[in-house]
Parts: sequence; structure tokens; C-alpha cells
Amino acid sequence: MQEPKKRPPPANVAGRWALIGLVVVAVAAAFAYVGGWLTPSRLTPKRLVNALQASGGEHPGFRRNHAKGICVGGYFEASGALARYSSSPLFAAGRTPVVGRLALPGGNPYAADSSVPIRSFALRFDLADGEQWRTGMNAMPVFPVSTPQAFYDLTVATGPDPATGKPDPEKAKAFFMSHPEAGAFLGWIKTAKPAASYVDETYQSINAFYLRDANGERHAVRWKVVPETPATGDGGPAAGDTDYLDADLTRRLAQGPVRWHLQMVLAAPGDPVDDATKAWPDDRQTVDAGVVVIDSAQPQANGPCRDVNYDPTILPRGIEISGDPIVVARSAAYAVSYLRRTGEEGHLPGTAHPKEDQR
Amino acid sequence: MSRVDTFHPFARVLHWLMSIMILTMLFVGAGMVTSVEAKHEWLLSIHRPLGITIFVLALIRLGFRLTHPAPPLPADMPEWQKLAAHGSHWMLYGLMILMPLIGWGMLSAGNYPVTLWSGFQLPPILPAGPALYAWLREAHRYLAWLFFLTFLAHMGAALMHGLIRRDGVLPSMTGGSND
Ligand code: HEM
Ligand code: HEM
Repeated sequence: MQEPKKRPPPANVAGRWALIGLVVVAVAAAFAYVGGWLTPSRLTPKRLVNALQASGGEHPGFRRNHAKGICVGGYFEASGALARYSSSPLFAAGRTPVVGRLALPGGNPYAADSSVPIRSFALRFDLADGEQWRTGMNAMPVFPVSTPQAFYDLTVATGPDPATGKPDPEKAKAFFMSHPEAGAFLGWIKTAKPAASYVDETYQSINAFYLRDANGERHAVRWKVVPETPATGDGGPAAGDTDYLDADLTRRLAQGPVRWHLQMVLAAPGDPVDDATKAWPDDRQTVDAGVVVIDSAQPQANGPCRDVNYDPTILPRGIEISGDPIVVARSAAYAVSYLRRTGEEGHLPGTAHPKEDQR
Repeated sequence: MSRVDTFHPFARVLHWLMSIMILTMLFVGAGMVTSVEAKHEWLLSIHRPLGITIFVLALIRLGFRLTHPAPPLPADMPEWQKLAAHGSHWMLYGLMILMPLIGWGMLSAGNYPVTLWSGFQLPPILPAGPALYAWLREAHRYLAWLFFLTFLAHMGAALMHGLIRRDGVLPSMTGGSND
């Protein structure tokens, strides 16, 4: 025992207690600051997802954006042409299985297919070595905004007004007046029409990334998947049909697999790699990395894409994120959306139950 | 030099090294999940390998602790304080092993690759499933808070021993003496 160590109480006991209290409070305050409790105005992933949820409505179990969709499966057949630019084994000639999802943007899983002129395609490539590549692409050339804060402001400005429950066109107008970077997107969407088929669309990464080759050299890229067969244009949906996309896909798959070419577009020096509102000129060098072949589809309620978070920062070695601030914000927001919907799926206490039959 | 009333030098090195690492982890975790900026990504890429390092060190440390008894607490400490001290120490050991396991397990359950650095990932330790993912993800958060609160109490108690009681407890870990 260490009896001899016992000493008489020190002189300034109150001061010493105060010092201890101060240290404890200071560490706790630093933690609270880092965790955002002292800065409620900070744009957190949670606030981003709350804004999306306010706009799309409460739909337990569903994604908080791109809620309506369908699972697809197949494989990627690499051509080998991209192996010069990326060290990922994914791009050496050969086959890699994929789990994908075709969807509509927006948080309402019951939206009519014609309600938005945009469709999306998400893919997860499962590499043989245990790595994964996940990407979510939209069928549009540019994004309306270049920063997470602007995306939040856009979502709030175009979402329902808390007072009336309806979007306020004046707020949207005010947003676009103060966000000239949205010009290219607005110009495009004016003439965009809702496609009658998922299969005819070209889906784009929009955000830029880097490929890293075997010599350690970096190449800025954006990618797109381009349908192999040109649009058939064989008639639009019947009037009043709100769910034609899934039916069209099932019909096409019954005739055989559908194929897209994964095209990597290489930036030229000076092309913006951190701004999703700016398209690159059409003449940029493009490498055909291979073919995405989709041969099956399942409803998302129990399909293999349901519990997948298509987080665009999940990349194999040989692909890296760029300085585009939207990419990281997507990762952070998708994680929140994923936790909410898996929590609802798993009936965690305090979560709303999903409607099992419709999901 | 190893005295009976201090921790073994190896235990002391592990203690201070791991205290820095764990405190860093708690701050990194709290900061990354509340940020949408670039730091979200690089903090997360530190979080996973650092957490697994803590797990490995914690196993070594627990093994060492079980074979090398700690110096006894002062005999004149009130019984409730001794109980609190022992309880919180075992709580800290438990959390430094459980937290990384939950982190690893929840990524497995979420069907994520458990990437430690580009191109290197750990195998999944649990089957994929939404309910399992969500439970573990929530547990990771609430146990992190418990971890932080236990750490605060532990730090406060150590300072109390060093500044008020001025007994042999703080020197037993700093290796200094209070003479
Ligand atoms: C800061 C900007 C953005 C935010 C906050 C955001 C938010 C979200 C959220 C919360 C989800 C649901 C995730 C889940 O539960 O799995 C989602 C899905 C999706 N997002 Fe975004 N997004 C953003 C930008 C983009 C951009 C630039 C693209 C296109 C290139 C994109 C394409 C997609 C796609 C394709 C999906 C559906 C993935 C799937 O089918 O599972 N998003 N987004
Ligand atoms: C001593 C070990 C660890 C500590 C103290 C710790 C602490 C934390 C904290 C405080 C958070 C934020 C929780 C919240 O507020 O929601 C967090 C999140 C997270 N931790 Fe850990 N962690 C540890 C180990 C690990 C390990 C080993 C992994 C993975 C291999 C991991 C993966 C994660 C992930 C992926 C998130 C964020 C998930 C999301 O964005 O939803 N952690 N951790």
C-alpha cells in the first residue's frame, strides 16, 4: 500500500477544484463545438436530408431522394481500353458483376413517371478483390448548383412553403436570380421531356473524378453510360399511365439484355473539375471503357438494390474523388438517408414503419 | 526502473498513446458526421484505420493488464470511489474494444467495403442486413457518447487525485513522483 504518499490538503482547494471543473468543461465544450451543437446554422448532412424530406414528404423505408425506382442486375464487360488511365483491375478486359438501380429524382416514391424530365442510373461494381465502385448518374448534362449550401437553398426554395404547403414560385425565382450558375441547367431543362424508357437515356456522372494510372499519374474525368441501341421512339406511354417506366423495362428485358457503353471523358487542361454546373466541350477525348449489360430487373421492395447506398465516394483504387464539393456532400447526405431508411426497415424504436406492400 | 506503486512502463506508454488516439477518434467521429465539406471525407479515411489500430492495441493492452496487476488504489479512498474507479476502468477497456468492433460490424452489415486505405479492405464480420446495420450504427453513436462521458469522468478523477488528494494515483500513470 502507499500510505506514505498521503499528504495534507493543499492550500487553495477551491481554486484547484475550479481548475479541474474548467478543464472538464473546456473539453466538453470543444466536443460540442466539433459536433455542431454550438453552431446550429452549420450546414450538416442531417439538415440537407431534412430539406429533401420536407420537399418529398414522409415515406418511411424509402430513399430521401430518387425514391421511386427499380433494381436491375447484370455485369460490366471491360474493353481494356481504360487500363492505360486507371490502375483498377475493373478496367482490365474482363467481366465484373453489377447491381444497379434505375430511378426518378425526387423524394416521392409514388410520383408519376412523367412528373420530372430526368431519370437516374446507379451502379455498384463488385470487384473480385473485394473492392467496390459505386456511382449514381443522372440523365442530364449539368447540375443546377456547384456547392452543398446552394443545393440546400435550392431544395428549400423549390420545396413546399411551410405556410401554404405548396411551392412558392416567387421563392424559386428569387433563388435562380441570385444563382446565375444555374443558367446552363435551366437552359437545358426548358426543352427536356420525360423519356418514355429508362433504356434510351444517357446517364452522366456530372461530378468530376480522377483516374490514377499505374505510374501514379492523375487524369481528371467525367463519365457517362450511353445506350448501345439508339432510341426506338416506339410510342410514348398511354395517356394517364403514371408507371410506364417499369413496364417498359420489363418488356425490353424480355427481348434480351440491354446495353450501355461506359464512356470516360478526359478533361483538357483548364476544364473545371470542381464545378458540376459547367459542362466540358463536346470534343473532349473519350475512352470506351466497356459495356454495362443489364439482364434482369426486380421491384425495389425486395430487390438487391434496396439496401445499397450508392455513395459516390466508394471507389476502388485507380479512381479518386476530385475537389468537387458536391461529391463529399452527397456521401455525407446519402449516409443519413441510408440510416433513416434502414432504421425504418428494421423497425428501430422511434422510427415510422414502412408500408411493406408498396415499398 | 519499475516500482510497485506505478504502472509498468509499457502500460504507461500504451495508456498515453491510446488516450490521444481515442480522444482524436471521438472528435474525428463527431466532426465528420456533422460536416458536408471536404473534411468529411478525409476525416472518415482517418477514422477507419485509426479505429482498427485502437482495437489491436486494446487487445494487447487488455492482455498485458490481465497478466500485470495494476498498483492498488490508496487504502484510505472511500469505498464508492474505488468502485467507481474500477467500474470506469473496465468500462473504458470494454468500449475501446467494442467501439471498433461495432464500426467494423456496421459497415459489414451495411454491405460497405471496410476500406482501411485505398485498395485494402477488411473482410466483413457480419452478414448484410438493414436492421442490423441501423442498430449498430445507432449503438456506435450512443456508445461514443458514453465513451466520451466516461473519459471526462476519468480525466476529472485523475486531476482530483493529482491536485486535491495529491496521492500516488496520478504519478502511478505519469511515472513521476509526488514528493
Ligand atoms: C449536394 C447535392 C446532392 C444531395 C444532397 C443529394 C442527395 C441524395 C439523397 C439523400 C439520395 C438518397 C440516397 C439513399 O438513400 O441511398 C440521393 C440519391 C441519388 N442521387 Fe443525389 N444528391 C445530390 C447530388 C446528386 C448529383 C450531382 C447526382 C448526379 C450525378 C445525384 C444522383 C443521385 C442518384 C442517381 C441517386 C439514386 C441512387 C439510387 O438509385 O439509389 N445526386 N441523392
Ligand atoms: C475507438 C474506436 C472508435 C470511436 C471512438 C469511434 C467514434 C465515432 C463517433 C463519435 C462517430 C460519430 C457518431 C455519430 O455522432 O453519429 C463515429 C462514426 C462512424 N464510425 Fe466510428 N469510432 C470508432 C471506431 C470505428 C471503426 C473501427 C470504424 C470502421 C472500421 C468506424 C466507422 C465509423 C463510421 C463509418 C462512422 C460514420 C458513419 C456515417 O456517416 O453514418 N468507427 N465513430
